Amino acid sequence: MRALSFTFCLILVSTLVVTPGAAQQPVKVGVVTFLSGAAAGPFGVPAKQAAEVMVEALNAGGKVPGYPAKGLNGAPIELVFVDEAGGTTKQVTEYRNLAQRVDLVIGYISSGDCLAVAPVADELKKLTIFFDCGTPRVFEDASYKYLFRTGATSTMDNVAAAMYVADSKPGLKKIAGINQNYAWGQDSWNDFVAAMKVLKPNVEIATAQWPQLLSGQYGAEISALLSSGADVVHSSFWGGDMEAFVLQASPRGLFKKSTVVLTCGETGMYKLGNQVPDGTIIAARGPFDMYAPDTELNRWFRKAYMDKFGGVPPSYPSYKMAQALLGLKSAWEKAKGKSPADVEKVIASFEHLTFEGPGGKVTMGLGKGHQAVQGMVIGTVKHEGSNVSYVNVKQYPPDKVTPPEGVKAEDWIKSGFKK
Amino acid sequence: MTRTDKTPFILLGALVVLLAVGPFLPKWLFLLTMSLGKGLVVLGLVVLLRTGLVSFGQGLYYCVGAYAVGSLSQFASVRNALLLLLAGTLVAAILATALGFLLANYRGIFFAMLTLALSMIVYGLLVKTSALGSTDGFNVAPASLLGKTISGQGNQYPIFALACIVAFVAAVLTNSYLWTALGQLSSAIRDNEIRVEYMGASVRSAIHTKYVLAGALAGLGGAVTALTIGHIDPEMAYWTTSGEFVFVAILGGTGSVIAPFLGAIIFEFIRTYAYQYSPNTWQLVLGTAMLLVIIFLPAGLWSAFARLRRRT
Amino acid sequence: MNEFLAVLVDGLIYSSWLFVIALGLTLIYGVMKILNMAHGSFYALGAYAAASMVGYWLNRGHAPMASYGILIIAAVLVGLIAGPLVERGLLRFMYGRDEMVLLLVTYALFLILEDVIKLIWGVNPYFVSEPYSLLGTIDVANLTYPYYNFILIGVAVLAGGAVALVLQYTRQGKLLLAVIHDREVSLAMGINVSRFYLVTFTVGTALAAIGGALTAPTVSVVPGMGVEVIVLAFAVVVIGGLGSLQGAALGALIVGLVRSAAVHYLPQVELFCIYTVMALVLIFRPKGLFAAAEVRKI
Repeated sequence: MRALSFTFCLILVSTLVVTPGAAQQPVKVGVVTFLSGAAAGPFGVPAKQAAEVMVEALNAGGKVPGYPAKGLNGAPIELVFVDEAGGTTKQVTEYRNLAQRVDLVIGYISSGDCLAVAPVADELKKLTIFFDCGTPRVFEDASYKYLFRTGATSTMDNVAAAMYVADSKPGLKKIAGINQNYAWGQDSWNDFVAAMKVLKPNVEIATAQWPQLLSGQYGAEISALLSSGADVVHSSFWGGDMEAFVLQASPRGLFKKSTVVLTCGETGMYKLGNQVPDGTIIAARGPFDMYAPDTELNRWFRKAYMDKFGGVPPSYPSYKMAQALLGLKSAWEKAKGKSPADVEKVIASFEHLTFEGPGGKVTMGLGKGHQAVQGMVIGTVKHEGSNVSYVNVKQYPPDKVTPPEGVKAEDWIKSGFKK
Repeated sequence: MTRTDKTPFILLGALVVLLAVGPFLPKWLFLLTMSLGKGLVVLGLVVLLRTGLVSFGQGLYYCVGAYAVGSLSQFASVRNALLLLLAGTLVAAILATALGFLLANYRGIFFAMLTLALSMIVYGLLVKTSALGSTDGFNVAPASLLGKTISGQGNQYPIFALACIVAFVAAVLTNSYLWTALGQLSSAIRDNEIRVEYMGASVRSAIHTKYVLAGALAGLGGAVTALTIGHIDPEMAYWTTSGEFVFVAILGGTGSVIAPFLGAIIFEFIRTYAYQYSPNTWQLVLGTAMLLVIIFLPAGLWSAFARLRRRT
Repeated sequence: MNEFLAVLVDGLIYSSWLFVIALGLTLIYGVMKILNMAHGSFYALGAYAAASMVGYWLNRGHAPMASYGILIIAAVLVGLIAGPLVERGLLRFMYGRDEMVLLLVTYALFLILEDVIKLIWGVNPYFVSEPYSLLGTIDVANLTYPYYNFILIGVAVLAGGAVALVLQYTRQGKLLLAVIHDREVSLAMGINVSRFYLVTFTVGTALAAIGGALTAPTVSVVPGMGVEVIVLAFAVVVIGGLGSLQGAALGALIVGLVRSAAVHYLPQVELFCIYTVMALVLIFRPKGLFAAAEVRKI
């Protein structure tokens, strides 16, 4: 009797498996970005919105230029959002909880969270894609199997900024910096200074300001920058801090006295563009937004995002999220993965993959095939009437602004960008 | 007639239950281990709270304990879990002894603010130390015990079991201390310090001892957390972390050494469910839950248990 | 010499900002013995309300000069609405409880308000920078400062002076001083303590909101802007001595000047400034600079 029912069950199950055209199980993708706090407005929510736009179009099939298949090889994508706020300890806990509920995880803007979550991805054997965090330490300090990062590191932001500044201001004598006093700001400034020392060995550091993260009040710092007589002021400020800095420094003439470089300036340009004076150097952490190549994919992405979100253009976190999803899709379909259990095949396909995103070509060229490299684009603001445009736009190919495999970023810069 | 203190037996029962049930609840083990780590810090806070002192700087010892573990693991390749936990506790205790000389002179809000200031100064020092990764911190390698790796290898049970046993020992020892004459001084000091002095006891040294105990417990909690999470960063010394411990202490109540662990577990669960079911409004959910507990259970959650026990 | 003058001016501007925020906090603590952790949220509410109202006003094309008045009106409105709501609706039931319990109630309130603000205004930044640049700039010590910063100094002096005058010279003020000294005896003497609590909390909230409203034109108004302000306000209040007006002023002045000096001469230590000052003051004056004499039970 037992054998009979067992055989019956076996036949039933096998028909379910073998039946062609059966409805595909959705792939649950956990997305972790900032939904509250200061990083939500400039980064977390644009990333979330980009994920929604991309997944809607991908699930419909045939909408995304260059990616005709529905979902992931036919399987619809289901998004589960988790707030990245609450600190690293909380985020590791939430990652472990999330890993039980989803098939793979895309996310993480904060470098601290990335570093903490990285080893857990391998421990839980969960495919995880970092889409935004900048610290090069993730793949410099260790190697991972289940972890990928589809966004380039922040090394190229500051190296390219130094190159741009050295090119466009040949008579440069003094530089100054104002950066938030935490790992991001410290690393950015250190990379910029190290690169400047290589490109212009006689350059002098007039002052380096270190306001606290989210301080918002920069009166004294701006006074110090004004009296420093620096030719170039470097800032890796982001979000509200960057906007407050622009609002407070502009009427005081800092932007006229010195050339200001905002390595994360792009996110503020939509709302604050009119307040950013001519001559300011703006970067977007890669070929994104105004620096994105004019491809069909980019045009489609911008239109789809703006249609869904009231005319607001996608900013660089949106681009990087789209890039992560398209990278996943490319790897998934290259591996002809039929279900999340084929994660080993997906990993094998993802390594050293080259794919197209709305910002152009992305190559998984570092970290033993797990870390993306991309070029860098920087331009200078020029107002034409009431429009903001960018002149003197320079492109930096990835090998010029990214260290080679196995070399730590700071060593590479100090060696004079040795290939 | 002295009442026999049933607490050690309740603790033993809880330990046995947790260890037995653990293997069947693999999904909850991580959360429970984190709660136990947090509970240890809160236990120290409760000892201080009974004395009428609120420390907004326990994060300092929590962080120091964690960094002791991380540094030994990273720079001296120490992997023995017990050794690491001991190191974390000791370093924190030594620091607490040193700072206690200063802090034992303060009461009330000034004690709170001075502990806050000291923990923020240490936060600032760590932020400036790029060798320790500044605000990004660094990862802690998996620890091992008796030759077997107990953390960072997929199976949460070993580290969970270690945390349970460590928490049990700490709770039992603290409970015994609280039943000693010095321990019982807490509520006396809270009510009227001058009379305690008239009695012949030294308020200052009693407070100093309790502060060292609280610091050691916080260091132990930080060490457990460091091993469990596998990552440490300066945020552990930030005042909001300390504030969270204070909150859990009040949530659990000060009635028993079991209360901190209960409060920590419930707090972690509420927070996780708030994240899961309302990612856009988890702060609202958490704040409302807190308010409800404060309004309806003013002596903390433990008072609800105590009331139930008295009725049966 | 110029550098030194710049340090003074910058310090004064920052101190004024701190003072306006800390004034409400020290007032509430002095009268009600509540350390209000939601003070930062009221600051944020004031900023958001000001940004919305001034934005609306300017979009309709009305006179830009009136925006200064609108800022203050928005803040006062926040105080008049949020203050009584919170005090009557929540805090009133908690009086008599332990100080720490009240602290936690205000902390829970802070969490709730953070999300309420997010639900009403969303996470995108708000800008209302016209009032900042409208009045033009002035050159002091070889540096350019917008006149707006000096308005902030003016408001700080005005607010502090007004509160001091009311407390010292009006009848209501003197009754309030009585309540501060001894709540029980005041009750026994027939003072309507409950009403004083309501008024004090409303005024304190309005002051926090004014601080936020005046800050709004100089920053982008974003979620979480209240969080950083809380610990700054606490530090200033503790340095000065809880409940003391002159203490808050002196505390703000010291912190502002020390920070300004650090920024100009040694920027790397700016991070430690406020906490080191607080620790040092507490070590040498354990109850703050202007500590009130406390009665001890024997």
